[in-house]
Amino acid sequence: MSSARAPLLFAFIALLIVGTGMLQSWSTALTVLNMGLISAIMALGVNLQWGVAGLFNVGVMGFVALGGLAAVLIGMPPVSEAWAAGGLRILAGLAIAAGAIAAGVIAWKRLPATAWRGVAVAAILVAGLLAYRAVMLPGVAAVEAVNPSVAGYLGGLGLPVILAWPVGGLLAAGAAWVIGKTALGLRSDYLAIATLGIAEIVIAVLKNEDWLARGVKNVNGLPRPVPYEIDLQNSSGFINFAHGIGLDPVTASSLAVKLSYLGLFAVVLAVLLWLSQMALSSPWGRMMRAIRDNETAAAAMGKNVTARHLQVFILGSAVCGIAGAMMTTLDGQLVPSSYQPLRFTFLVWVMVIVGGSGNNWGAVAGGILVWWLWVEVEPIGAALMRLATSGLGEGSALRDHLLGSTPYMRELTMGLVLLLVLRFSPRGLLPER
Amino acid sequence: MTDILNALVTLANYVIVPATAYGAQLALGALGVTLIYGILRFSNFAHGDTMAFGTMVTILVTWGLQAAGITLGPLPTALLALPFGIAATALLLLLTDRAVYRFYRRQRAKPIIFLIASMGIMFVLNGVVRIIIGVDDQYFADGERFLISVRTFRDLTGLEEGLAIRSTQALTVVVAVIAVAALFWFLNRTRTGKSMRAYSDNEDLALLSGIDPERVVRITWLIVAALATIAGVLYGLDKSFKPGTYFQLLLPIFASAIVGGLGSPVGAILGGFVVAFSEVGVTYAFRRVVGYLGPADWQPEGLLQLLSTDYKFAVSFAILLIVLLFRPTGIMKGKAL
Repeated sequence: MSSARAPLLFAFIALLIVGTGMLQSWSTALTVLNMGLISAIMALGVNLQWGVAGLFNVGVMGFVALGGLAAVLIGMPPVSEAWAAGGLRILAGLAIAAGAIAAGVIAWKRLPATAWRGVAVAAILVAGLLAYRAVMLPGVAAVEAVNPSVAGYLGGLGLPVILAWPVGGLLAAGAAWVIGKTALGLRSDYLAIATLGIAEIVIAVLKNEDWLARGVKNVNGLPRPVPYEIDLQNSSGFINFAHGIGLDPVTASSLAVKLSYLGLFAVVLAVLLWLSQMALSSPWGRMMRAIRDNETAAAAMGKNVTARHLQVFILGSAVCGIAGAMMTTLDGQLVPSSYQPLRFTFLVWVMVIVGGSGNNWGAVAGGILVWWLWVEVEPIGAALMRLATSGLGEGSALRDHLLGSTPYMRELTMGLVLLLVLRFSPRGLLPER
Repeated sequence: MTDILNALVTLANYVIVPATAYGAQLALGALGVTLIYGILRFSNFAHGDTMAFGTMVTILVTWGLQAAGITLGPLPTALLALPFGIAATALLLLLTDRAVYRFYRRQRAKPIIFLIASMGIMFVLNGVVRIIIGVDDQYFADGERFLISVRTFRDLTGLEEGLAIRSTQALTVVVAVIAVAALFWFLNRTRTGKSMRAYSDNEDLALLSGIDPERVVRITWLIVAALATIAGVLYGLDKSFKPGTYFQLLLPIFASAIVGGLGSPVGAILGGFVVAFSEVGVTYAFRRVVGYLGPADWQPEGLLQLLSTDYKFAVSFAILLIVLLFRPTGIMKGKAL
């Protein structure tokens, strides 16, 4: 493959972003680019699992949402009345649940394999569940009763929100460890279904456990790692600077905030990309690709396939968790009902396949490019639809229906892009070397 | 004695009847998934959206029939529209096979590539369904609402508790039984069905004995189209039609197919009912049932509900995990490696 391909592709992406800035607005272009960088990080995570190790994870949404939860748990100030009302009970309940599960697993492993073993483990789990409910539920009720219209949850730790990014990675890694322990080592379709399920469960927990992150009432007003527009507009230094470059302070402040996010995201992406590249070219990366290409041969060479799979599954999920925390930080709010598998799992897969599985630069390019397309299909589709239906005349019911359904052109386009790339360029835009 | 009867009726009303109907819908969905897995050897992620597509066509035709004044009397008009839905879905599936899957079959691509291609088709169908009918709930059940209503049942039996059987629930079970009987007759008694089973058991041997693989694949898609559309329409009649919900059905359907043993039709049916009964049973509050069984004038303190209904996904998932950990081939020994 010619070495000019990657620079050309990135130049093309830059052109798209600049074009968006010129034709629409620079604010839109920066918004697209910011989410594009986050998407690129998600794609890096999936690429680590699929491209490098051949693991089929369709639970990306769950790990992204766990990252978002981390942003709340780290960034929001603690609600002290709620902690006083039932915080300890909730912590104790969670500890009991974890203890019961651990005791059950240990009993299963240690006890002799007779029929009594199953009974004993079931008894431990049921007792644990009853104790958990007895301790937990009053605490939950007390916490959720504390000022429900603005709080009703435990709040976070009140730390700088940027700390949530690594913590989001850790949360996702923990969840990945649990799933990987159970579902890895089985056939690939089963891992796919299991991850699909765990993602739905994570979202169900976020939606229903109000004490944790207010459920469907959403957590708004997350603190920011960058200055607020209004503070910039009130600072005389910034106003002078804005006049100096010939912009009005409101526009300039909005652009400045987006540019600061852009800088932060670019740094994270650069670090993760560098780490991924180092990993890929290291002996570890060679081993992972050997396992991907022929598990039996790698196992015969003494490689512990299941352990390596678990390792890379955890790493990839952690990267998705980091991206999720970044996204929630950028949004400034956690909205559990906004997590849709199509948008947060399958779209990331389109990014990886289009970019080129196994190639980290490809994943980054695919992430930004596909995100740009996802955003821009709607206006382009609307314009095309208006043109195509112009013969129908104003006020035609069919025309109104078709114009109203342009948002769903996105799904259609993404499906077509995925199918076309898979068919005609199965190794993606930037193939693995 | 009446207390025990009351308990049984409550249980039947809130658990057994809804779970049977839901189980039949899941079983039909899982049969489609398992057939594709057995013959084409991949997990079809587009199955939920295929169901949505078939249901959408059926709804559109139902509306047309209703507008023309044609109804089925006490039965829902959708039954009359069902053949149109099946035909359109069959056409769609044959088209996707011709345009997408056949290429990879010729290349002898890995199953995971088929799976990724099915993700692409899932996206496309998702968009198509939403463009045509929108994202909102559509209720299209007409005709008689109840086979037995709570009031009739109470008057008949003189019990305190009532049992309602909605006509859509009864219809679901009847249609599902007919569809499954027809499918098993086809698979076990006809020459084509036998060639399909032979192809599923051992591809090379089937090819050697002169079975045309493309024909087997085409017939599989036709059957899958019928199963998916019937499952989708029954689910839509019983609850409502919403494209997003159909996508989410993928998880319980796959759980059913895997629990039963991927590739095994009997297993898919068993799995459907196992998942449906666990889902409804675990999320039902047994308070009233236990109240009748206990001493007179006594009610248990809590709701006796293990999980809130919002966690029904967790039930399919937990069953799936238990089966994967302890019996990875599923109840009926499917094709797991």
